[in-house]
Amino acid sequence: MSRRLLLIRGIVLVTAILGINYVVWRWLFSVHWGAWWIAVPLVVAETYSLIDSLLFGMTVWRLKERGDPPPAPPDLTVDVLIATYNEPIELVMATARAAREIRYPHETWILDDGDRAELRAAAEAEGIGWITRSADWSGMPRHAKAGNLNNALLQTEGEFLLILDADQVPLPEILDRTLGYFTDERMALVQTPQWFVNVPASDPLGSQAPLFYGPIQQGKDGWNAAFFCGSNAVIRRDALMQLGVSRYAHEIEVAVHRALRTARSVIREALKNTDPDQHEVRQALGEIQYDIDRAGRELARDVALSDVTFRFQQRVSSIRRRMVAADLRTLHEDLAVIATLDRLADDPDTTLADVDESVLAQMAHRDWSPLGAVETVEALVRAVDIDRAGEAQPIMPLATISVTEDMATCMRLHGMGWRTAYHDEVLAHGLAPEDLPTMLTQRLRWAQGTVQVMFRENPLVQRRLSWPQRLMYFATMWSYLSGFAALVYIGAPVVYLTLGVLPVQALSTDFFLRLVPFLVVNQLLFFVVANGRPTWRGQQYSLALFPVWIKAFTSAFGNVYRGRTLDFAVTKKTRTEHEGPRWDLVRPQLIAMGLLALAVVIGGVRLAVGQATPFGTAFNIVWVLFDLLIFSIIIRAARYRGYEPATPHATEERHE
Amino acid sequence: MSEFDVRTTDDGVGVVTPRGRLTMVTARRFREVITELVAAGTTRVVVDLAETTFLDSSALGALVGGLKAARLAGGDLRIARPTPAVLSVFELTNMDRVLRPRDSVEGAFDV
Repeated sequence: MSRRLLLIRGIVLVTAILGINYVVWRWLFSVHWGAWWIAVPLVVAETYSLIDSLLFGMTVWRLKERGDPPPAPPDLTVDVLIATYNEPIELVMATARAAREIRYPHETWILDDGDRAELRAAAEAEGIGWITRSADWSGMPRHAKAGNLNNALLQTEGEFLLILDADQVPLPEILDRTLGYFTDERMALVQTPQWFVNVPASDPLGSQAPLFYGPIQQGKDGWNAAFFCGSNAVIRRDALMQLGVSRYAHEIEVAVHRALRTARSVIREALKNTDPDQHEVRQALGEIQYDIDRAGRELARDVALSDVTFRFQQRVSSIRRRMVAADLRTLHEDLAVIATLDRLADDPDTTLADVDESVLAQMAHRDWSPLGAVETVEALVRAVDIDRAGEAQPIMPLATISVTEDMATCMRLHGMGWRTAYHDEVLAHGLAPEDLPTMLTQRLRWAQGTVQVMFRENPLVQRRLSWPQRLMYFATMWSYLSGFAALVYIGAPVVYLTLGVLPVQALSTDFFLRLVPFLVVNQLLFFVVANGRPTWRGQQYSLALFPVWIKAFTSAFGNVYRGRTLDFAVTKKTRTEHEGPRWDLVRPQLIAMGLLALAVVIGGVRLAVGQATPFGTAFNIVWVLFDLLIFSIIIRAARYRGYEPATPHATEERHE
Repeated sequence: MSEFDVRTTDDGVGVVTPRGRLTMVTARRFREVITELVAAGTTRVVVDLAETTFLDSSALGALVGGLKAARLAGGDLRIARPTPAVLSVFELTNMDRVLRPRDSVEGAFDV
């Protein structure tokens, strides 16, 4: 073990001991229960931060510095895939040209989700491949970037795929430096850093993520949980396809079971509503009931799904043909409901297995006409059939459950026992957002995607992941909950300075003896782990963007559990040269800063008139000043006018 | 490399026989062969795997693509006579839950 890692582990242990000691003491002995409305939120926020710190400690416990990669084996086939939607043609072509010049033999493809003739012509003129969605996708859910890549997967055939965003310009050695890891046959993916060239050293928008693309990914790598981050990664095609095929098999199974269950209740209801003297109709419904039960028994006996559904469909459609004559009268009103079934599968945010239980329940309890019931059963079986009629492709290797398809896909790959690696060497030069609105939209999207995955496939309950892997995924999700803690860290000193209410029982020596050492070693841990990389900007933004994190949480919750859209804030794509700072976008932060400043004034007055203790006031003012220092970055970000390089740079337009 | 024999039985069932390794290199062509058969009206297709020595996930993906095409056209796709090596790939991806291998090409559509 290296001395650095030994040192890190030592500090992690001390941090954990001091942190647990402090928070346990807080809960047991120092909560001011009389002021529970602020005392409890504070101790909960502190517990949140402790868990965050413990997860960070666990991450860096096995920090893995891989150094030089193994040499790339010759004769592998590689496709370089450049995903684009609406980025400027010249920007895409600059990336594509650089991709073409990658030294290791490969084919270069532009995946143009915008289907632009102009881009196609530009690509073809330079001998670069151009792929757009096949005809299968028309009228189907598109699944954004995941869909774009899934489409390209079926139109290319290299053993390995280098995935690039349109603004990530690769270096010629990118494949030579990454393919060597795949001599390990279980290696599915190698991620390299995303690093941005259009960012000044002060990084006012917090674009670089030196701690994440470094110690955090290296730490996750140590637990075999390095993440796929959507770009600058090489993936083994067979791993992705295997994932796609087994997900398909799994989702079909879930969906067929669910369809049969609903079909059973639909028929039961229909029988209830059929007159006893309609013998023919009752008999037909009874036959379908029998067939549903038989299909259920066959599934229980592990009969293949395609055989079960095929036979069932054949039977139902022949029964239906017999019934058409029997009942036409009440059919029409049912048709509208049946139509919603066909729309079920079209919702871009659901996979087949997610067909909403509540919608199915509604259908089951409707008053069906007999023929309507049979049609419903047929439509149900169609909607969840093994051909996945509601999707452009039955096989979707890249996960479509989240707007951040990368993390969800990677988690599933780990669940199948594949390995990943993080190679800490900048091998592509990217472009970051240059203005506050675009930056805010981008962060919101990442946070929403991550929280979506947490709700839809919580890593903590993924039985096929090891416990460390579950915690590594969970750690990233957990960090996005910091918005709620930030609210408390703003509120607590304001409450004390204005109302004189202290959330802890006393600002005693005991309190400081437990808190201060923990804070000091926690910062020391950051310092040692970062090893010279800047970390302050990241710490600022994790609190200063609290409205973004909270919005991400609530909108993802609404999306997953209430079926609402994520409601992306649409921002202008062009840089806003002529406009002033967009203060309106950071109003919550400005209000928070105003409250903090006002609290200092009121606290001073209260002290002057003898209503507060000097020590308590001083302590809370220091706290406020720290909060203001954190939030000051928002002012800089709003006033930032974009990158001005020493040499001209062709980046008039920005995109996500 | 792999090549495909395509024939149609007297019952109007299409039989596709891939020979050798069926992998990502040939998967696309394989899927096209099936979809072309289906488009031409042969909606019942048997893929005879007796001479397929190896098959990867991309090939399975192509098989599912063919299955979808056949089902949409009102027919079906069946697989027959896989070797143990090929069968293990089905089991690895749980595709054995979706498609049941038939013992013979002729009997593939007898229930």
